[in-house]
Amino acid sequence: MKGALRLAAVDAQALTLGLEPGLPLADARARVPDLAVADHDPDADLAWLEALAEGCGRYTPMVAVDAPDGLLLDISGCAHLFGGEAGLVADIEARLAQSGLAVRHALAGNAAGARALARFQTVPAADEATAIRRLPVAALGLDSEAELGLRRAGLKLVGDLACRPLAGIAARFGGDAVMALRRLLGEADSPIVPRRTPPTIGIERRFAEPIARTEYALAVLGELAGEAKRLLEERKAGGRRFEGMFFRSDGLARSIRVETSRPTRDPAMVMRLFRERIGALDDPIDPGFGFDMVRLSVPLVEPLAAAQLRLEGGATHEAEIAALVDRLSTRLGRGRVRRLVPRDTHIPEQAQLALPAVAAPPPAAWDAAGPGDPPLRPIHLFDPPQPIDVIAEVPDGPPHRFRWRRDAHEVRRFEGPERIAAEWWQRADGAIDRPGLTRDYYRVEDARGRRFWIFRHGLYEEKADPAWYLHGVFA
Amino acid sequence: MHESHPSLAALRGRIAMLAGAAPAEAGRIVTGHGGIDGALGGGLARGRLHEIFAADAGEAGSAAGFAAMLALRARAAEMADGDADVDAHPGEGLLWLRCDEAERRGGGLYAPGLADLGGAADGLLLAVAPDPVALLRGAGDAARCPGLAVVVVECWGDPRVLDLTATRRLTLAAEDSGVSVLLLRIDARASPSAADTRWRVRAAPSRALAANAPGQAAFEVELLRQRSGIADLRWRVEWDRERIVFREAIREPALPGAVVPLPSRGSAAGGATADRRIA
Repeated sequence: MKGALRLAAVDAQALTLGLEPGLPLADARARVPDLAVADHDPDADLAWLEALAEGCGRYTPMVAVDAPDGLLLDISGCAHLFGGEAGLVADIEARLAQSGLAVRHALAGNAAGARALARFQTVPAADEATAIRRLPVAALGLDSEAELGLRRAGLKLVGDLACRPLAGIAARFGGDAVMALRRLLGEADSPIVPRRTPPTIGIERRFAEPIARTEYALAVLGELAGEAKRLLEERKAGGRRFEGMFFRSDGLARSIRVETSRPTRDPAMVMRLFRERIGALDDPIDPGFGFDMVRLSVPLVEPLAAAQLRLEGGATHEAEIAALVDRLSTRLGRGRVRRLVPRDTHIPEQAQLALPAVAAPPPAAWDAAGPGDPPLRPIHLFDPPQPIDVIAEVPDGPPHRFRWRRDAHEVRRFEGPERIAAEWWQRADGAIDRPGLTRDYYRVEDARGRRFWIFRHGLYEEKADPAWYLHGVFA
Repeated sequence: MHESHPSLAALRGRIAMLAGAAPAEAGRIVTGHGGIDGALGGGLARGRLHEIFAADAGEAGSAAGFAAMLALRARAAEMADGDADVDAHPGEGLLWLRCDEAERRGGGLYAPGLADLGGAADGLLLAVAPDPVALLRGAGDAARCPGLAVVVVECWGDPRVLDLTATRRLTLAAEDSGVSVLLLRIDARASPSAADTRWRVRAAPSRALAANAPGQAAFEVELLRQRSGIADLRWRVEWDRERIVFREAIREPALPGAVVPLPSRGSAAGGATADRRIA
């Protein structure tokens, strides 16, 4: 603001010294000379919050991030696992205290109420309804203008607003104010959007004492994979995606995901992929003070009937190839193992689509050149095409000589042009009278027998000095 | 070492050519070219490692094309043996492993072009490794996967990890599983390896079609080394994409000095004759 550095957030000690967010840094330094300052990094804050939310997956699958500094947990039906609501809150507080975090929490029947209570409650109240009515109007989360209007009208607490007719509030402060009020009072739904949808199959194991080695945690994950196999078999299904979550005792969690190209439930294979993935990680899993819970979930499930094995033993060819695809995709990355699929276009570089093989695209049939024709398309295609210097007849004669990568090539044979026009019907601005440049492709062979695919980008009537490019190399 | 005498080898090749293409032998990739099959004793051995060198970096397309054609031949051989499902796609069981460097320097593998060679694009698996270490590791895994018919490993330059031990490992894996491994070496120098055969490929002028258009893919292939067999031979071959076989390239009478005898000299002298033919 006006170029001045201001405080974005202060800790409890700074608050007691009279510092508050929004204070210019120079003023703050004048008051507290030995002030410790760190740059405000909202992205890092959000990433940290996301990490905490991941860790809170141990309490309930329904976790939502309430940026910039809140987490919403839907604990319906989960609290009894931790000794009731009080036990759950105590567990969260103890765990986050290990990371040096102070927690303000509130429990309420709906998300909006809990959010407002956690942020604005100052005095304890007998029950939830009373507590909400005692909140300041800022808890409604309206824009500053509407909030100022409410204050000027003498409506300082939510309770003041709640006892007035809604029609009047809507007329003066807008429909948003009414909606916010109804949400807060629990009259309207305030659903939370969980970070991840609960998986079809999720099994977990908790440990009495944290275990400090990743190897042991992996062994437990293997046992869970065996249990998952049983569950999947009952449903006659197999998983296409598996996720292992390692919860650390200090409240953070790390998730490892693997994907398969065919539905599977073989624990050995799933574990092999997990080990492969962990081996390929740039940052190894850090156990910290140890893991106290491991969870295996299967977010994507597909039908899988029991398969007949080959009589002579061993897997079928397709199964072996699928296993190889999974291994390579896990190790190299999903997008690095591909299958090529044709697209219906004349533009050469768009005619093929490389899809991840693990997504199992349907096998594609490619059209080949007609009988008697030589190969009409190159085996290697440069993207982008490589600029070359060409000596050719003007305006639309064949190339005689060209220079590519510092080597001169004398054209002995050529065929062309094969004229490929730009796709004018695809133009974003709809200007079909100004299509892109036409390309004139030539198949040429140089004196040493190398065959190239080169093109002139534009006709002379389209462009004054069209450039030449080498687009591909023939076998 | 009498076996590897060039003229003797050439004679053998010629006899094989006269006798017609060798009958399909089990466990061999029959190329269809009488001379080559004769010199190799019926074709390239399946379930082995074969090295294919590009004559220089500019011949990457030719070497890749030759590898793709051999892969198609291997696939055809599997079909003949009844190992593979007949209704499967022709490219099924073919894995092409490359490096990022190959994508950058040699351009991306283009499926329509592969399809024009006879259908190698159908069901082809393409994997791109970030570096030679990952490439070789992937190659090792692939060579151990009996579901595949051929693995083409495209390696640019001379990475230190690709040594005798690495090729030996690949050979053992290939022998175990029956997968043929074609190691494509581009912009590389020959180093000791456990490969069954070693080839050098360069483009050759094609037989012109009507209006002097470039014709079917033609190569000059050189058998540099063969484990337990004759070597140092060269042929000029043309790819017949309809029948999916190699055949002897018919030389152009129009070019001066085009009549070159079949390989009768060492590679250095051979290079000279090739140059003269072009000039």
